[in-house]
Amino acid sequence: MTSVPESESFVLLRLGDRRFAVAAGNIAELVAPSRIFRFPHRTPEIEGVILRRGRIVPVCDVAEKLLGKSLPVRRFYLIAQRRYVAQTEWVALPVTGECELILAEMTPAGESDLPHVSGWLSHAGEVIEVLNLSALTPVPQPSAAPITELALQDARP
Amino acid sequence: MRLTSPPKPHAARTEQIILFRISGQLFALSSASVQEVRSVDTLAGSAKDISQPALRKVRQTVKRGELSLYVVNGALHFGLPASPPALVFVLRHTRTALLVDGIEKMTTMTRLQALPLAFCHEEREWYRGLTAIDQAVIPVVKPEGFLTRDELALLDESASSGDLHTDATPSNSRPSHISHAGESPSFAP
Repeated sequence: MTSVPESESFVLLRLGDRRFAVAAGNIAELVAPSRIFRFPHRTPEIEGVILRRGRIVPVCDVAEKLLGKSLPVRRFYLIAQRRYVAQTEWVALPVTGECELILAEMTPAGESDLPHVSGWLSHAGEVIEVLNLSALTPVPQPSAAPITELALQDARP
Repeated sequence: MRLTSPPKPHAARTEQIILFRISGQLFALSSASVQEVRSVDTLAGSAKDISQPALRKVRQTVKRGELSLYVVNGALHFGLPASPPALVFVLRHTRTALLVDGIEKMTTMTRLQALPLAFCHEEREWYRGLTAIDQAVIPVVKPEGFLTRDELALLDESASSGDLHTDATPSNSRPSHISHAGESPSFAP
């Protein structure tokens, strides 16, 4: 008896003229671009932050890494969950087109694949990279505190 | 039958902050961290030039009792375009006097969100976190983040080697208004 390959859900996203996939379990939502807040920092992959449902979400332009250039046009932000050692955070990925939810069978990445590739899938005659967001977005220093909300100083009732 | 009284709502905890600008960029700082706010004009005469080529953001030092405070150019620290500073914040429990363009307003924040882990370079030392005020996200600076231990050591070395020059600009300084115990900064226009 042979085992039937198990299909998983993926979200297909478009960056310029290429499509990539992310495991659907890592996606929170697709939103229209909102105001981006910029402030000085030294992490080149991060453009700034957006406010989404009361959360402050960093905007990470992955096109630079995947296509070698940033996107001239961006229509949506794909809000994905980035898993860190002790917590999960949202990150907004600018994309150029609408996203699609598909069921497909993933072929795991091989040793020769780049770190940001967690696997491959075949869809509509196209072979599509499944992205490993942990390798694609900035990696924090080990000392970075795994907390999301901080105590206020001089707190008054 | 006794009716249980509804739970008392928790009073929101707040922190008083100063919103200020450097090169047009808005920042926040806990008002409890600011010991004194002065006009840059009042530094003239009391400030001494210091030359440390590795640290362009510090050009002057001022004496406060036994300590030397280093005057940090906020624009150079954050890598922003140069702009003429109008005010200097003497930061409590640090050796930093921070040059800023001006104060936007004083307000309160009710929530301080940690800097997302995606930010993973020097900014983690610069900011306590981020806060949302009037639908805008503003970085809340860390007073001790303007000069690292190594930078302070470098500056102390320069200062002790006697590489200081008194500012020759005519002084129009007024007596300093240093508030040691109070939480609110004193203002010396």
